[in-house]
Amino acid sequence: MAALRDIQNKIAAVKKTRQITRAMNMVAAARLRQVQERTERFRPYAAKFSEVLGSLSEGIDQEAHPLLAQPEQVSRVALILITADRGLCGSFNMNLILQAQKFMTQQKSEGREVAFYAVGRKGMEFFARRKVEFAQKLPGVMNVVDFDLATQVARLGLNAFLSGEVQEVYLLYSRFRSIVSQIPTVEKLLPISPEATGDEDESSQEYLTEPSAEEILVDLLPRYLNVRVYSGLLETSTSENAARMAAMDNATKNCKDLIQNLTLAFNKARQAAITTELMDIVGGAEALKAG
Amino acid sequence: MANKILLEVVTPDKLLLSKEVDVVVATGVDGEFGVLHGHVPFLASLAIGEMRFKDGNDTDYAAIAGGFAEVTGEKVTILAEAAELAREIDIDRAQRARERAQQRVEKARAEELDYARAEAAMQRAMMRLKVAGRSGGMAA
Repeated sequence: MAALRDIQNKIAAVKKTRQITRAMNMVAAARLRQVQERTERFRPYAAKFSEVLGSLSEGIDQEAHPLLAQPEQVSRVALILITADRGLCGSFNMNLILQAQKFMTQQKSEGREVAFYAVGRKGMEFFARRKVEFAQKLPGVMNVVDFDLATQVARLGLNAFLSGEVQEVYLLYSRFRSIVSQIPTVEKLLPISPEATGDEDESSQEYLTEPSAEEILVDLLPRYLNVRVYSGLLETSTSENAARMAAMDNATKNCKDLIQNLTLAFNKARQAAITTELMDIVGGAEALKAG
Repeated sequence: MANKILLEVVTPDKLLLSKEVDVVVATGVDGEFGVLHGHVPFLASLAIGEMRFKDGNDTDYAAIAGGFAEVTGEKVTILAEAAELAREIDIDRAQRARERAQQRVEKARAEELDYARAEAAMQRAMMRLKVAGRSGGMAA
C-alpha cells in the first residue's frame, strides 16, 4: 500500500510542476509579444537614422571623427555581454556565456586584454564565480528594456573608448532569428566601421545642413551607438523570452509524459494489490472448506 | 491656403506624431528655424528645446530632448531620443524630474562628476515644464 501512496503523491507533485511551467510559458509568450511590439515601434526610428547617417557620411573624411578613426594598435578591448537576468530558459544564457569565453580566450591569445562589462544578472554571476574582473556590471536591468538603458550601456562603451582605455568595443548579444533559433552574436561597436554607416541609400539626398555636416556627424555618431545598443538589447530580450517559452513548453510536455507513466505504474500497482488481496481471500476460503 | 507639410516626430519608443501642418518651428543648435512646404532639403541638429507647429489657427507645442530634423519639400521628420507633446506632459512628474536634476547638478558640481550629463537632465526637465506651461494656458 505504501508504494501506491508514494506514486499518488508523486503524480500530484508533477501536476503542480506542470501548472507552474505552463504559467511560465504563458508569461514568456506575453512578454515576447510586448518586446516584439517595442521592436516594431523602434524600427522607424532606426531605419530613418541609418538613412540620414548614410547620406550624411558620404563625402566626409572618415578619419575626421574620433569614433570613426581606426586604431593603429589594439592592446585592450572592451566586451559588453548582454544576458538575461533569470534562468529557466534552456541553454540561452549558457550559449551567450560560452561565446563570451571564446571571445576572451581569442583576444588573449592575440595578446589583448579584455575589459569586461556585464549587462544582465546571469552573465555577471557566471563570471563573478570564476573571479573574472568586471569593468562594470549592470545586473537586474533586463526586466524593462528601454532606450534609457541603451543610452546607459552605450555610454559605458563610449567613455572607455574615448578615454583611450580600450581601442575597440564589442557587443555580445543574442540575435533573434526565430522562435526556435537565437544566435549569440559579436558585433564591433567602436570604432564605427565605415560600411556600417554607409547604408545603401537609394536617393542619396543632398542636404543643406545646419551646423556643418561634420558637426552634425559629431552629434549623430554617439546617438548611433545608442541605436545599435538598443537593438541589441531588444533582440536579446526577444530571444530570452522565446527561449524561455520553448523551454517551458518542453517542460510541460515532459510533465505530461511523466504523469502518464506514473499513472500507468499506479494502475499496475493497484491491480497487483487487488490480486494479492483476492488470493488471500480465496486462499482463506479454501482453507476453511478443507477444514 | 498654402500647401501643408507633413510633420513626423519619431522617437525610439514610438511614432509620436504624424500630422499635416502649415508651419513647423524647431530649435536647432544654432537657433530656431521655421519650415514651410517646399523647403529645400535640410538637415539640422536639434538642441534641447521646444518645437511648435501651426495648423490653421491651432498652435501646438512639443518638448524635444535633442536629436535632429530632416526636411524635404513635403515632409519634416524629427528624430528625437525623447519627445513629448505639450498636452501629454505630466506636470507633477516633470516637476519631480526637475528637482531630481537639480540635486544631481549640485552633487555633480561638488564632485566634478558627469557635470555635463546632470546639466543636460536639468535642461530637459526645465524644457518640459516650460512647454507644459504653454499648453496649460491654452487647454485651460
